[in-house]
Amino acid sequence: MQQFAPLHRKDNQSVRYLVVDDSVFARKNLIKMIEMFGGEVAGEAGDGLTAIAEFNRTKPDIVLMDITMPQMEGIEAVERIVRQHADARIVMVSSVGYQENILAALQKGAKHFVQKPVKAEVLYEILRYVLSDDPNAAGAPVALAGERRA
Amino acid sequence: MRMELIQPFINAADAVFAESLQAPTKIVDLTMDEETYRRKGVAALILIKGDIEGRVILDLAPEVALKIASHLAGGAVEGSEQLARETVCELANMVIGNSVTLLNDQGFRFKVYPPEIHVNEQGLAGGADTEAMVICIETPCGEVYLNIGMHYLHRRRNERDAAAVLD
Repeated sequence: MQQFAPLHRKDNQSVRYLVVDDSVFARKNLIKMIEMFGGEVAGEAGDGLTAIAEFNRTKPDIVLMDITMPQMEGIEAVERIVRQHADARIVMVSSVGYQENILAALQKGAKHFVQKPVKAEVLYEILRYVLSDDPNAAGAPVALAGERRA
Repeated sequence: MRMELIQPFINAADAVFAESLQAPTKIVDLTMDEETYRRKGVAALILIKGDIEGRVILDLAPEVALKIASHLAGGAVEGSEQLARETVCELANMVIGNSVTLLNDQGFRFKVYPPEIHVNEQGLAGGADTEAMVICIETPCGEVYLNIGMHYLHRRRNERDAAAVLD
């Protein structure tokens, strides 16, 4: 298994994640990666509405947010979370990686996008970038659409 | 069926399974499905609406679904039907998501709905307005079937193009 240096917050505490995806399987997969990166799962949600409630309850450092979900889709949930918490760090994780989707998510306040199937090394670099308060200092290690296929 | 509509599904399915299983995969068969579709095992259905409308079913024999679920979970999940269903749904979601991303690059616009478990023994057959095709993919865990049934809406695309000109 690939080894990753643990990602920490500025105060050296573990990074706390909220994992949002309607697929339990996809959540488990992301949680496995979070543990590989030394992170802690603050909460899980299977739709956008629950994600908003869980965000307010857990105040995570990072949200990993799917787009296509029942009840409320990820992009609308991003808009509502960012409206209340302008400093929220949300990374979209979706198999649907076309430009309109990515731009819509970024316009609503998401910080980055990674396309499924997620590669651990790609997600790690994106998280490192998003966790950095000064993106220029961290460099911009990945393209906007992550592992988008040609 | 227009090949430019099918090719993205083939490419995406091949890429998603190869990436997820970390092993090479092969398209072993590609047939027009003129008979009514018959489910083979654990199947997930995804609806597509927009310039292209229809449905895609990812279908795996139960033992193949369990093998893939075990592989992805990093350990045996014997007898866990729920996990097998979850796995098939998420794989379908990834295949369709990657396919529509490729089709979107070609100018097609549509919306994809969350996957649902397909429980009926039979599905749609190909017809005058809906063409159906079955792609068989060989993976190290066994064969995987992708059943694509859809029709292309010229009218909707023309209307959108006309509206764009008026804007």
